[in-house]
Amino acid sequence: MKSIGLTATAISVIALSATAAAARDQIQIAGSSTVLPYATIVAEAFGENTDFPTPVVESGGSSAGLKKFCEGVGENTVDIANASRAIKDSEIETCAANGVTDIIEVRIGYDGIVFANASSGPDFVFTPADWFNALSAKVVKDGAIVDNAAANWNEVNPDLPEQPILAFVPGTKHGTREVFEEKVILAGCEESGAMEVFAAEMGDEDKAEEACMTLRTDGKSVDIDGDYTETLARIESDPNGIGVFGLSFYENNTDKLKVATMSGVTPSTESIASGEYPVSRPLFFYVKKQHIGEIQGLKEYAEFFVADELAGPDGPLAEYGLVADPELAATQEAVVNETVMSK
Amino acid sequence: MTDLPMPQSGAAPVPKSSLMVADTRTRRRNAAEKRFRLYGAGAIGVALIALVVLLTSIIGGGAGAFRQTYLSIPVALDAETLDPKGNRNPDEMSKVLTLSYGKVLDRAVDAAVGSSEIEITDLSEKDISSLVSKEASAQLRNRVLADPELVGQTVDVNVLVNGRIDGYFKGRVTMESAAADANTSPQQLMLADALKEQGMLVTRFNWNFITNPDASDQRPEAAGVGVAILGSFYMMLVVLLLAVPIGVAASIYLEEFAPKNRWTDVIEVNISNLAAVPSIVFGILGLAAFINFAGLPQSAPVVGGLVLTLMTLPTIIISTRAALKAVPPSIRDAALGVGASRMQSVFHHVLPLAMPGILTGTIIGLAQALGETAPLLLIGMVAFVREFPAAPPEGLFDPASALPVQVYNWTQRADPAFVERASGAIIVLLIFLFCMNLLAIFLRRRFERRW
Repeated sequence: MKSIGLTATAISVIALSATAAAARDQIQIAGSSTVLPYATIVAEAFGENTDFPTPVVESGGSSAGLKKFCEGVGENTVDIANASRAIKDSEIETCAANGVTDIIEVRIGYDGIVFANASSGPDFVFTPADWFNALSAKVVKDGAIVDNAAANWNEVNPDLPEQPILAFVPGTKHGTREVFEEKVILAGCEESGAMEVFAAEMGDEDKAEEACMTLRTDGKSVDIDGDYTETLARIESDPNGIGVFGLSFYENNTDKLKVATMSGVTPSTESIASGEYPVSRPLFFYVKKQHIGEIQGLKEYAEFFVADELAGPDGPLAEYGLVADPELAATQEAVVNETVMSK
Repeated sequence: MTDLPMPQSGAAPVPKSSLMVADTRTRRRNAAEKRFRLYGAGAIGVALIALVVLLTSIIGGGAGAFRQTYLSIPVALDAETLDPKGNRNPDEMSKVLTLSYGKVLDRAVDAAVGSSEIEITDLSEKDISSLVSKEASAQLRNRVLADPELVGQTVDVNVLVNGRIDGYFKGRVTMESAAADANTSPQQLMLADALKEQGMLVTRFNWNFITNPDASDQRPEAAGVGVAILGSFYMMLVVLLLAVPIGVAASIYLEEFAPKNRWTDVIEVNISNLAAVPSIVFGILGLAAFINFAGLPQSAPVVGGLVLTLMTLPTIIISTRAALKAVPPSIRDAALGVGASRMQSVFHHVLPLAMPGILTGTIIGLAQALGETAPLLLIGMVAFVREFPAAPPEGLFDPASALPVQVYNWTQRADPAFVERASGAIIVLLIFLFCMNLLAIFLRRRFERRW
């Protein structure tokens, strides 16, 4: 009897406070796990330095974040989506269909993608062509397309050490995978001339590109669906492995990892900022303009994020591994003016 | 045992058997039993070894989270940096960001190193400035804003040191690894050693691990499980308030009052089915029903609690029904026999006797819910939350984290210091689970009746 009364009270209390707690006072952010560390650093500093509460930052991937972002307008939708790639046209359409029409795109800087093996292993000097020849399912040998049978790195390129090929590449749900395929595998495909052979054979550029980017499935290339911590754990258990990491992750684990050069350039914030190091990508966050004014502190957060003190070359984000955007001033202006993306 | 004399061939007599002497079949049966006992003992042994390995690796990795290294130094609060207008107005002083306070701290560390005759060659500026945690500048800023008159004075502060130095005193970072590490250097570690000798660096018990909220990737040393504990507690509160009354009432009805027909059979089968549904499914349901349809906020403990309620209900119903079934029918018959109504017989006699079983089942259900992560992934609780939720009932709607989620979050961070934090959070979670199971055992021992 008592318990029934208790339940009734509990339910009514919850129902009552549901209406009372309708107004949300903190910013909700979702999206890329690559942007997450930067977003948390900014959120923490934002909470400390302003009177607004610390924003809540969820991670789960760029696509998942943008999907949530595009669910609609209102208190129980997210205000900001972090993304390690630019928003797609299809996503903008979904957004518009759900009423999210005014989106502010903010580019916060660049992220380098590095290749690293266990610190006890040999030094690697890669070119994109090495990666293509080591990992692609089909390669060109003496002018003919054959299945990739390379077992050691030195079979791919005599300058590389004699070590079995074992690469831990990000799984397809990661934004990093796309960059890896485009800037490394596809670039290597073109560089090595395999692209032309594929195109001649298949008679279609698109099919040739697809053939380039299809990775071998015989266990030499391992998809990692988890985070970089998982890649690191795999390398620690198998020192022959070479992993694909974000620059900031590598910089936090330099004692365990040895970074490889790409086309002769060692990755660092400087070489990425100057464009010398080829494998990098911009990082973004997207703000729902319709929420500015509704959610306290939203615009202030966006401005705070791109301020020179944080996103500039001497700020804490650069210290953590973000490559500062040389055109940060333009981004700052766009945020102040609330410039929305053109459709 | 001696071998039995082999029966002579020829006119084979019936072999004499004696109870005193084990024959072949008896020996075989005895051997089978012995083997079976060994298998059982072996299984227990393997389980124990697994448990010991698990606990040692977690406690070995996580005990460090409960100790933290602090630096106490005098800091000159430079008026020019911290109060550029010079009027000690907290509103205007709040424009000075934590970054400026960081510089004030750097100068203080520099001065302390200079005055204490520590001589280390090749000590770089970065080694000195990165010695103190970034959390320290936020603490100092709050302290100054709360008491603006401190500006211009020299105050003694007690601040966290960088995670790498802390790791050095816990054995996680060594001189060799520091040489290859971009975030620290052997010189910095030598400086830390020297400061420790002078008594300025102290490693002590770290209550902040229990009380602090999460921290960003740049300051693992400041991260704590405070928000996660509170979030988990709120969720358990919701589960307790909803799952127990609903679950108990449902089982009493099904067990004591419901007619036995096809419908109750269907319900019964489905309750068992629900108990076996993977928990992530409840997360998807929660996202659709509570957030998208009912419009409850994301990342809120109330949604987490509702989802976990759905998940625990079948467990509670099944164990409550088992407890009710275990009450002998003679109790009911006797109550009915002296003229009690069926409701009186249930509430006055059956339910009190079944209580220990119900409580045990409930607590085990709660413990299971406490450790659940998967359904929370989908309702936005796997998030970076630094603000403490308010007191209930409003606080149930504020964003919060949960203990298992915090573990999951920390294992994904780049800084190796978070591994220690994650293991520390596991220890906290295990302590809570241990206490709950202990309570369940206690209740059973204290109130159980045997017939």
